[in-house]
Amino acid sequence: MKTQLFSALRLTLAMLVLCCVLYPALVWAVAQLAPGQGQGVQISRGGRVVGFANVGQKFDRPEYFNSRPSAADYHADASSGSNKGPSNPEYLAVVKARLDTFLRQNPGVQAADVPAELITASGSGLDPHLSPQGALVQVARVARARQLDTARVQALVQQQIETNPVGPDRVNVLRLNLALDALAPARR
Amino acid sequence: MNKDLFGILLIFGSAVLLAIPLGRYLATIYRGDKSWTDFLAPLERLLFRAGGIDANRGMTWQQHLVALLTINLAWFGWAMLVLCTQGSLPLNPDGNPSMSPDQAFNTAISFVVNCNLQHYSGESGATYFSQVFCIMFLQFVTAATGMAVCVVVFNALREGTADKLGNYYNYFVKSITRVLLPISLAVALVLVFQGTPMTFQAKVPLVTVQGDSVSVSRGPVAAMVAIKELGTNGGGYFGANSAHPLENPTYLTNAVENVALMLIPLALIFAFGYYLKRPKLSYMVFGVMTLGFLVLLGPAVYYETHGNPAIAQMGADQRLGAMEGKEIRFGAAASAYWGITNTVISCGSVNSMHDSHMPISGMTELLGMMTNAFYGGVGVGFLNFFVFVIIAVFISGLMVGRTPELLGKKIEAREMKIAIIVALLHPLLILTGTAMSAHLYAGNPTEYAGWLANPGYHGFSEMLYEFTSSAANNGSGFEGLGDNTPWWNISTGIVMLLSRYLPIIGPVAIAGLLARKKYIPESAGTLRVDTATFGVMVFFVIWIIAALAFFPALALGPLAEHFTLY
Repeated sequence: MKTQLFSALRLTLAMLVLCCVLYPALVWAVAQLAPGQGQGVQISRGGRVVGFANVGQKFDRPEYFNSRPSAADYHADASSGSNKGPSNPEYLAVVKARLDTFLRQNPGVQAADVPAELITASGSGLDPHLSPQGALVQVARVARARQLDTARVQALVQQQIETNPVGPDRVNVLRLNLALDALAPARR
Repeated sequence: MNKDLFGILLIFGSAVLLAIPLGRYLATIYRGDKSWTDFLAPLERLLFRAGGIDANRGMTWQQHLVALLTINLAWFGWAMLVLCTQGSLPLNPDGNPSMSPDQAFNTAISFVVNCNLQHYSGESGATYFSQVFCIMFLQFVTAATGMAVCVVVFNALREGTADKLGNYYNYFVKSITRVLLPISLAVALVLVFQGTPMTFQAKVPLVTVQGDSVSVSRGPVAAMVAIKELGTNGGGYFGANSAHPLENPTYLTNAVENVALMLIPLALIFAFGYYLKRPKLSYMVFGVMTLGFLVLLGPAVYYETHGNPAIAQMGADQRLGAMEGKEIRFGAAASAYWGITNTVISCGSVNSMHDSHMPISGMTELLGMMTNAFYGGVGVGFLNFFVFVIIAVFISGLMVGRTPELLGKKIEAREMKIAIIVALLHPLLILTGTAMSAHLYAGNPTEYAGWLANPGYHGFSEMLYEFTSSAANNGSGFEGLGDNTPWWNISTGIVMLLSRYLPIIGPVAIAGLLARKKYIPESAGTLRVDTATFGVMVFFVIWIIAALAFFPALALGPLAEHFTLY
C-alpha cells in the first residue's frame, strides 16, 4: 500500500508535467499563429479596442441594432443564462413586457414579426448574434433614429448576414453596428 | 430549419465514422500489438520509470482496484490543496479568491470522479493555475482511469480462464499518451483558429461602442475545452460552459466539440468487438445504445424546435424554437442534440441552459442520466451497460430454464448480487437525495428560498436534476438551483463519490470473478448474446430497471409541468 501510494504520487507528478506544462505550452505556441494570437479576436475603431468579435455587448439605444436580452447584462466576466423554466409565471410576465416594449419602440411591427431571440435571454448572456429576422425587424426604427433611408439600412443588414451551409444564418451585432456607424455616425 | 436538422445528422454521422477506426486502434494499442504510435513508447517508458512501475506485471482484479483507488486518493489530496490555496498561488492575474472548504470539497470530488459538477463560475471562482493544474489535469487522468478499467473488463471476458487481467498503469498511461493527448491537441488547435483564447494574460477592460465599461474574461481556454469534451468531463472553463462564445465560438467548433465528446464512448464499443475478436457483440451493444439514444433524442429535438407554447400565445414568432437559454449560432436543433448527447454520455457540458429547456426535453435529459448506459461516459458507460447485460443474461437464463452463462462463464448468485446492488444504487442515491432536499425545502420554504429559481413542478425538477447529475457523474445542472451552500456541496459530494467508485468496483469484481471460472465452450444450448433478440432483452431490462424506478419522480416534475403548458 505504501509503495503503491509512492508510485501514485510520482506518476502524478510526471503526468502534471506532461498534461499541464508541455501540452498547454504547445497549444499556446501554436495559438500565436492564430487570428488574435490566442488573445481572443479584438475589434478596434480609431485605435481603441471596442470589443471582441465573438463576445456580445449591450446595445439598447434606438439608433443601434439592439442585442438580445441578457441575464448577465453583457458583463463579459460573469457569463450566465437566466435559468428560468418555461412555465415560470414571473418569467413569462418578463417576456411579455419585453415584447410590449419592443412593439412600442418599433411602431408598425406586428408581434408575429418579432422572432423569439429578441424577447428571450441567451445561454451565455453574451450572445454576439441575431437571426437575420431579428435584425431586419429593427431596420425601420434604426433608419428613423438616424434619419437614414430605410433601403440603405436594409441593404447594410443584408450585407452583414452570414449564411452557413449547415446551421442557422446569423448577423454579428457588433459588426453590424460598426458598419452602421461608418455609414452615418450616431448623434449623441 | 432543414439546415439545422442536416447539421445534427452530420455531427452524429462523423462521430460514428470516426469512432469505428478509433475503436480498432484502441484494441490494437491495449492489446500491445504493433501500431503507428509506437514512437511514443520511449515517452511511456519514461513515465513508468518516473513512477517506479513495472508495466508488464499482470494484476488481479483486486490489485487493479487498489491501484485505482490509491492514485485517486492522491489526486483528491492534490485537488483540495490547490483549490483551498489558489488565491495565493501564481497564475492568478484576475486576483480570484481561494475556495471555501465545503466548496473545495465538492469541486475536488466532482473532478476526481469525472463528474464535473460545478458550484462555482470559472471567471471568478477559479484561477489560471487551478484551471490548468487541478481541473484540466483531472480531466485527463480521470478519463484515462475510466478507459483503463474498461480494458480490465475486456480482458476478463476473453476466452479461457485468467487470474491476471493486464497492468492497470499500462492501460492508464497509454490512454493518455496515445489517445487523449493527441486528439485533445487536434481539437484545441481547431478551437484556437476559430477564436477560442489560449492566453495567460488577465481579463481585458474596455469601453463598448455604446459606452459601457466591461471586462472580458479569458485564459488558457482552448487546451482545457478540448479535454473537457474528449474525456467526457464537461466542466466548463467559463460559467456558461460551451454556451460561452469564447469557449465555443462557431457552429464548426460546436460540431467538433460535440463529436469529440461522443468519440471515445462510441469507439470503446467497437474496441470491445475488435479486442475479443467478436465484432457481432459490438453491433449488438451499438444497436441497443443507439436505439436508446434516438428514443431520447427525438422528443427533445421536437419540443426545442417547436418553441414555448406560452410565448407563442403572446403572438411572437417561435420559428427559431425555444430560444431562452440558447445561442443564435447553434440554433434549437443543435442545442437539443447537444443536450441529449451530453446527458446519455456522462459529459455534462452544456451549450444551452437545460433549466430553460421545455419540460419533455428536460425529462429526456434526466432519463439519459438515469439510465446512464446509452453510450455513457468514457469507459464507465460500458461498465454500466455490462451490469445490465449480466442482469439480462440472468433473466433470460431463468426464462429458458438454463444456467445463465455469459461468453462461456456461468453467472451465479455472487455476481448477480453485485450487479443488482450496483443497478439499484443509482435510483437509491438519486431519489433519497431528492426526497431529503424536497423535505427540507417544504419544511421551511423561507429559509431555503435561495435554492430554487423557479416555483412549482419545475423547482422540484431542479432538485431532482442536481442529484441525478451527481449520481450519473454527469455534471450538468438545472443551474437555477442555488447550489453553493453547505447542504448541496456536501450531499452531492457524497453522492458523487459513491456513484463513481461503487459502479467501478462492482463490474470489475464481477469481471474478475467470471474470469477465474471454468470456461465452457459454446454449444447449441448456449444463450447467444450477440443477437438482436438478446439486444431487445437488454434494452427492456434497462428501461424497466433504470427508467421505471424514476417514473413517480418524473411525474411530479417534468411531466406535471408539461401538462400545465400544453
